[in-house]
Amino acid sequence: MEVFQADVAIVGAGGAGLRAAIAVAETDPKLKIALISKVYPMRSHTVAAEGGAAGVTRTDDSLDYHFDDTVHGGDWLCEQDVVEYFVAHAHEELVQMEHWGCPWSRNDDGHVNVRAFGGMKIERTWFAADKSGFHMLHTLFQTSIKYPSIKRFDEYFCTDLMVEDGRCQGVLAIQIATGEFTLIEAKAVIIATGGAGRVFRENTNGGIVTGDGMALAYRHGVPLRDMEFMQYHPTCMPGTGLLFTEACRGEGGFLLNKDGYRYLQDYGLGPAEPTPRNKAMELGPRDRLSQAFWHEKKKGRTIEGPHGAVVNLDLRHLGAAKLHERLPLICELAEEFLGVDPAHTPIPVLPAVHYTMGGITADGKTAAPLPGLYSVGECSSVGIHGANRLGSNSLTELIVFGKVAGVEAAKFAKSMAISNPGAIKKQAEAAQARALGVVTRSDGKERLAVLRTEMAQSMEDGCGIYRLQADMQATCDKLRELRERYKNLKIDDHSKVYNTEWLLGIELGYLLEVAEAIIYSALNRKESRGSHQRLDGYEKRDDVNFLKHSLAYYTGDGAPRIEYGEVKITKSKPGTRAYGAAGEKAAAEEREREGAGNG
Amino acid sequence: MADAEKIIEIEVLRYRPEQDKEPVLQTYKVPFTDDMSVLQGLQYIKDYLDGTVSFRWSCRMAICGSCGMMIEGKPKLSCKTFLREYYPQGLRVEALAHLPIERDLVVDAADFVAKLERIKPYIIPKEARTLEQGEYLQTPQQRDMYEQFSSCINCMLCYAACPQYGLNPKFTGPGVLALLHRYNADSRDGGQDERMKLGYADEGFWGCTAVGYCSEVCPKGVDPANAINQNKMNSAINYFTRFVTPGRADK
Repeated sequence: MEVFQADVAIVGAGGAGLRAAIAVAETDPKLKIALISKVYPMRSHTVAAEGGAAGVTRTDDSLDYHFDDTVHGGDWLCEQDVVEYFVAHAHEELVQMEHWGCPWSRNDDGHVNVRAFGGMKIERTWFAADKSGFHMLHTLFQTSIKYPSIKRFDEYFCTDLMVEDGRCQGVLAIQIATGEFTLIEAKAVIIATGGAGRVFRENTNGGIVTGDGMALAYRHGVPLRDMEFMQYHPTCMPGTGLLFTEACRGEGGFLLNKDGYRYLQDYGLGPAEPTPRNKAMELGPRDRLSQAFWHEKKKGRTIEGPHGAVVNLDLRHLGAAKLHERLPLICELAEEFLGVDPAHTPIPVLPAVHYTMGGITADGKTAAPLPGLYSVGECSSVGIHGANRLGSNSLTELIVFGKVAGVEAAKFAKSMAISNPGAIKKQAEAAQARALGVVTRSDGKERLAVLRTEMAQSMEDGCGIYRLQADMQATCDKLRELRERYKNLKIDDHSKVYNTEWLLGIELGYLLEVAEAIIYSALNRKESRGSHQRLDGYEKRDDVNFLKHSLAYYTGDGAPRIEYGEVKITKSKPGTRAYGAAGEKAAAEEREREGAGNG
Repeated sequence: MADAEKIIEIEVLRYRPEQDKEPVLQTYKVPFTDDMSVLQGLQYIKDYLDGTVSFRWSCRMAICGSCGMMIEGKPKLSCKTFLREYYPQGLRVEALAHLPIERDLVVDAADFVAKLERIKPYIIPKEARTLEQGEYLQTPQQRDMYEQFSSCINCMLCYAACPQYGLNPKFTGPGVLALLHRYNADSRDGGQDERMKLGYADEGFWGCTAVGYCSEVCPKGVDPANAINQNKMNSAINYFTRFVTPGRADK
């Protein structure tokens, strides 16, 4: 087994991992950084983000507005002190991306342009056409090449964390090209592995989004926080789940039911107006829009397509010129995958799983309860998304907290030495044997794809847009069964060179455990909040009992243990979450109350 | 679904270095529907017929650049190439041409990445600016000068298409030269002279014989041939001006 000695190891080289690596390198060029990724960095799923990144920019906008939008949008389950830090540092990090060459779209005067996004009061989303994530990722990757202290381990698959003397001191990884193991010792480890959307059947996520880092931290006793909050994005491609960005609606797109009616006005989001109005109709938040779809389907007002019920995303009135300037990728996807020209025909869409709001428990500085371990990006729960993320907050999260994670991990690494390398080596050998156990087993019977498909279907059935106790229990039982059957997994491929089936087998182990954390957190949250909506007697938000973070703890073969943690409330007391005209009325009343209070 | 019964034959070029002396073809029969991509066909094979077939993929939407391969002899992204186009005759898929095969449809990308690293693919600021000073101003017209070339997804289809790269792997190649041009053409950048040392070397722009197949196969309309052409022009002008402009000779 090869051994590499790093000061800071970063697992995952998407937007968050790359930003963290650059931050470590800039903090102290003497620190040795190991940047480990199971794919070449530019393949990371940040690449698929389309719409843009939020940061207060216009003179009529304010940090308070961005804070309020985020906290209301998250149904008050956000860590408010962390949101304050986030909105205050968003703009400077977006400028930093600009200095590094990110091709943000511009106004005629040369300043960066901003667009409208769902749930946001003022236009504040920086964008690079509809390939914002792609451009951010490539900018960060290419910029990272400047820093000689960043040693990349491209196509290395992480199988475990090394935890010795009560702190995280490295990771074990498989070099995919050879099947050989490398132990990377590190004084601090940052997990930046992305979300877990692949536990669901229909999703917008790439094949690599399998919750790896979440599962690794979870197995070492770090609780996964708020995992029941899975975001359904309302406008995705039937059959594949591929994403049509919210920017389609930010630019003025309509959602129509089978009668050509803008149905969102029936769900507290109206009035329907011909041009986009922030925080209303199509620019409502994602949870509300996906829930409205569910009701339309129930009422028989959706359109039946080859892959089930759909509604229409109508962009025709934007005109071909604007579509090709602002939404070129959307045009390409619609034309090449569906044979639809959005300038002439509406795009059929449905909700699909898009984003994991919860993740590895982290404090406002990205530190896990396990010393030496940090997490950032979609894998992490640093606390800004609460029960529902607003579109364009997650790309900004990568860079704001990527920097924080890098700075914090660097500081920690400089204060520490590797302790007990002999014991770490032994751990690595045991972890290697476990990873090899997945592939060397010769008597297995269970086909990987069958287990994975049953899991994803069961999660969709039991943990979808609306949830019922009995369905969730059925999914819990199914996952229990699948975890048993997983022990009897059959792998066809016994070679060492680029054995992707082996890696898929290990990933399935990660997926099943993360799925359990999600479903048990959902089952135990007996209220409706944000993206967690129940129809079995718990239809209302219950701040008395559930203004709390869920914490799922790993218990080995058993079901996760669910505990609860406090939510940090600083300046926004839980209130009514309303959009459209109702939202404006509620905001006016709030202002009046505050005015009266001050008088 | 009515067309669920259709079966297509996919011939896959296999190469498992631990057991195959040289690449061999293996045929699989795959049931398909008209909306299925070649990638989905391969996923079906891996999931249900033969777990040992290896290939890279992730985003499924032609932006991550993982799933390039030769499909009936042409470099394509398998996620946005559809099985129906090859029915009923079937199709052959092989690893990208001109690149060493690591295993089955997986090629070794190390050469591409090393070349990318060499061209300094990052802004070397023309003038320093602090974060407090805000963004550099750049008009939409200035952005248009490089935006197209910044759209490269590093899928390497153009390397499989380029006859020069096939003959001489030292040639920097279309994708990386397009990215070199992307930074040179950016109004914020002042690193042209540093980068052009590489651009004007034998393995740079002049290695291209202007076949233009790179631009034809590019799934993102980057047009590397155009980037290379512009630089041949610049190079010729530069060659000329170094003799007539005092002080430029050493650049």
